[in-house]
Amino acid sequence: MQKLIQWIDERLPIVDAFEKHMSKYYTPKNFNFWYFFGVLSMVVLVNQLLTGIWLTMSYTPTGEGAFASIEYIMRDVEYGWLLRYLHSTGASAFFAVVYLHMFRGLLYGSYQKPRELIWIFGMAIYLVLMAEAFMGYLLPWGQMSYWGAQVIVNLFGAIPVIGDDLTQWIRGDYLISGITLNRFFALHVVALPIVLLGLVVLHILALHEVGSNNPDGIDIKKNKDANGVPKDGIPFHPYYTVHDIQAIVVFLFVFCVIVFYFPEMNGYFIEKPNFEPANPLKTPDHIAPVWYFTPFYAMLRAVTVPFLGLDAKFWGVVVMGAAIAILFVLPWLDKSPVRSMRYKGWFSKVALAVFVVSFIVLGVCGALPADAQPYWLAPVFTILYFAYFVLMPFYTRAEKTKPVPERVTS
Amino acid sequence: MAQGDVNTGRRRFLVAATSVVGGVGAIGAAVPFVASWNPSAKAKAAGAPVKVNISKLEEGQQMTVEWRGKPVWIVRRSASTLTRMEALTELLLDPASEKPQQPSYAANPTRSIKSEYLVLIGICTHLGCSPQYLPEVLPSEDFGGFFCPCHGSKFDMAGRVLKGVPAPTNMEVPPHMYVDDSNLIVGVDEESA
Repeated sequence: MQKLIQWIDERLPIVDAFEKHMSKYYTPKNFNFWYFFGVLSMVVLVNQLLTGIWLTMSYTPTGEGAFASIEYIMRDVEYGWLLRYLHSTGASAFFAVVYLHMFRGLLYGSYQKPRELIWIFGMAIYLVLMAEAFMGYLLPWGQMSYWGAQVIVNLFGAIPVIGDDLTQWIRGDYLISGITLNRFFALHVVALPIVLLGLVVLHILALHEVGSNNPDGIDIKKNKDANGVPKDGIPFHPYYTVHDIQAIVVFLFVFCVIVFYFPEMNGYFIEKPNFEPANPLKTPDHIAPVWYFTPFYAMLRAVTVPFLGLDAKFWGVVVMGAAIAILFVLPWLDKSPVRSMRYKGWFSKVALAVFVVSFIVLGVCGALPADAQPYWLAPVFTILYFAYFVLMPFYTRAEKTKPVPERVTS
Repeated sequence: MAQGDVNTGRRRFLVAATSVVGGVGAIGAAVPFVASWNPSAKAKAAGAPVKVNISKLEEGQQMTVEWRGKPVWIVRRSASTLTRMEALTELLLDPASEKPQQPSYAANPTRSIKSEYLVLIGICTHLGCSPQYLPEVLPSEDFGGFFCPCHGSKFDMAGRVLKGVPAPTNMEVPPHMYVDDSNLIVGVDEESA
């Protein structure tokens, strides 16, 4: 075995790579609960790739065959129901862990210098993930697949001048049809996963270049022992690999309970109209996106007044786009001298709390029909969502921060 | 500036020139990939405009043609029908057709180019059922129009929705144009032709 490793190592630097990324990658020793979600998103990614590949083996990407092939997978393919539920539940799990992973970044300032690129790659991953989820949801060719895609593709129609041609180009037809389904399938199973994997590699390479942040937001590389090892660092392997296995087991337990007992999550993971085949002539009563898109959908609908001669729909699209785009520039909005929320002032703490509440309230708004909620609710929380970012340069500079300790606290 | 025997100025020019030429090539190579997303010849044929001869349509009659998988109605309205429609303003949600449910040339009370002819996509704006043509009287009203049997939505003889029914908007008018007095094309209009 040793000889084999040596033989390979002379031709490919596997020992070096293992040391750089695992056994000599020094990680702060004070990681807490919030640091599990990075590795958990990797676990979900593997689940999505594996089950996704297996699903393509029985799926038919045509307008005539798609819906029936899903039923075929559910009823006739051995363990097909499990593969499909792992994949559909995995989509929701992916967003759950990614949202918690992003919240960790906000909480401990993990996007601050020198980790701006890690944050940007992460945001790009989030963007691709949204495209994956959206295109994947069309594939079962149910009523909600069809009409959800109709609503989202038509958003591009709100762009002045080129809008209508652009939507037609995306659909490849005058309405959402088998042609659209076929190209979404290609993007969902081939193009976007390749992009996603590339971005994940970049995200991790950038992380391992500068090192992980920690709940105290302290740079552990400033305090090294005689061997050049950070005093507050422990090797990622075996310490955190073993540590993470625990989290993976707990996660898989919860995940499997959902897969086996609540795979549709009462219409929140797989919406009820999606058990009816797509029908271009019949619009469902209430079109709502899956839960992970509802905050942005609420912002889209929150704009109801035309402005500068352009209609409200266009501004809704602009607001929704801005809500995502503004996350990309977050590293340059935070002017605080400290990273972690532990040492930031009370204003930052309140702002983050308001932001989290806004995101959740908007999520609820987006899931409900427009006429089943107070008209002011979504607009008010949309403003609060943006206030968190727009006011950040001011309150992070003005507030009084607490002194940051030299070494990590446990 | 020359460094030893390396002419950096020339090198920079060559790098820039190669990049520009390569960039143009990449744009050219992207054309087939981008263009292949446009509707194919088959999709275009299936979605082509439909020519309709309306010369045999009598007053009060309705005819149906199919365009892009949807039923399109053409109704010839009599003068008395048009007069009756004028008095309905109070009962309608959007009497002047202000919501974008029609091309600009049909954004008028009769929702038509020639007020005699109504061209309408025959799908209820509530949940997509196909309403019935009741030219004499709608249920519990004293004028004719379109009645959706699914959830009771009512529209007048211009496809304008009545207040207090489930449908939120007027029925949609497709793009259309007259070729001559007896021929109509559905699916294309002077703006797009």
